[in-house]
Amino acid sequence: MKAEVLGRGIRVGMNGNSAVAYAVKQADVDVVAAYPITPQTIMVERLAEYVNNGELNAAFIPVESEHSALSTCVGASLAGARVFTATASQGLALMYEILWIAAGLRTTIVMALGNRAFSPNINIHCSHDDAYAARDAGWIQFFAENVQEAYDLVLQAFRISEDKDVLFPSIVNLDGFILTHSLEALNVLKDEEVKEFLPPKDPVNPIDPDNPMTYGPLDLQDYYIEHRRQQAEHFKASYPKIVKILNEYSEFTGRKYSPVKTYALEDADIGIMILGSSAGTVRYTVDRLREKGMKVGVVSLTLYRPFPIEDIKKVVKGVKVLAIMDRSYSFGSPGAQLYMDVSTALYNLRERPLLFNVIYGLGGRDLTPEHVELIARRAEEVAREGEVKETQIWVGVRE
Amino acid sequence: MAKWRSWKELPIANILPTPGSSAEYKTGSWRALKPILYKDKCIRCLLCWVSCPEPAIDRLEDDYVEIDYDYCKGCGICANVCPVKAIEMVMEE
Repeated sequence: MKAEVLGRGIRVGMNGNSAVAYAVKQADVDVVAAYPITPQTIMVERLAEYVNNGELNAAFIPVESEHSALSTCVGASLAGARVFTATASQGLALMYEILWIAAGLRTTIVMALGNRAFSPNINIHCSHDDAYAARDAGWIQFFAENVQEAYDLVLQAFRISEDKDVLFPSIVNLDGFILTHSLEALNVLKDEEVKEFLPPKDPVNPIDPDNPMTYGPLDLQDYYIEHRRQQAEHFKASYPKIVKILNEYSEFTGRKYSPVKTYALEDADIGIMILGSSAGTVRYTVDRLREKGMKVGVVSLTLYRPFPIEDIKKVVKGVKVLAIMDRSYSFGSPGAQLYMDVSTALYNLRERPLLFNVIYGLGGRDLTPEHVELIARRAEEVAREGEVKETQIWVGVRE
Repeated sequence: MAKWRSWKELPIANILPTPGSSAEYKTGSWRALKPILYKDKCIRCLLCWVSCPEPAIDRLEDDYVEIDYDYCKGCGICANVCPVKAIEMVMEE
């Protein structure tokens, strides 16, 4: 059978964890500090093997917790190193205070997050609780839809984070088990090609014992708010640079990357918006619904932070009803996290779609084509009635 | 104190590029109670000099002391340890 070639690279089979570790090796990182946690464990194991085999010349620092893992990464990144870490769920929660410090100190850490549900009850499968928990901390966040994207996004994340017009850490989200443990075919670049796209890190203000500087000093009523304002403006301003690098990688590999992906949306009355691996299921179902004459389309986000506000406004303009799917729940909020983002982004537009929120897939519950059809039918009903009676529904749950 | 700078003029990440700049930060303005030293009562034991956490008590050549009001936060430890009550805490004006 002739192998299908999708853009530049050599066709291989890998699971998401191995593909991420392979990208990290090719990125030639200097420091890896991570604590193994399901479903990310294989990533850390592979990297430990690469270092042990001499395939990767990096300091692999085993730590006693995720809090220490990220703290180590902050120090290493400020010292000028290219740094990688990985975690999931409770591990991300334990990193929480350092997440903000890593971003505020403008480190260039790249983290892979094997998305997993928060406890309780203990569950190792996919929810986006961990990704959402990091949304306010000042990290750039990408969502991979498949193993190929996980590999590609890790390489792009290093280039983006280390860019002098950016200088913010990045998280690459990949759905726990659905992507971390699924063996998929993907195209990997040659080492020289990665080097061409991703030159060595040229650090800004690195720690230098001969020219000592103070990082993260006391900052009170007189300057704290100016520093936050600066970080906010710089984070917003990184957006065009992120797009530019995504475009550059798209040209380099022939695989298209942009903050927002759309499918069959141009003439659609109904849109379904989603993050992560389930976008494929939604597209598959949309094809079937189109055959039945329903005008349905899909919006999925590759870039979640900084939130692609203007792109979203543009693509959903002609849509009558937009169903926004969240693989998480925000207790007591007017909707779950993606729904709140989109609602806020669209509120001041004169013409905007009616919105409702769908909770799905918590703790690894499968999203099936039947669920997607149910959502599309509900959206059709909302379009017909011209009002949203229920702003939030759950699918795939026993009522 | 240098002029107040806008966020556009600040180095990124709140980095302080010159070491030792904490000396420019006059913490004396935090003070609610001010220590007053009565030199005539002082026996030069230097307990206040040893105990000041700032340190905002300067030791002079003759082992008498002076209070550095630029940095003294008014914690009152010096007045508390003085065995001859040569330091009194009074309300800051």
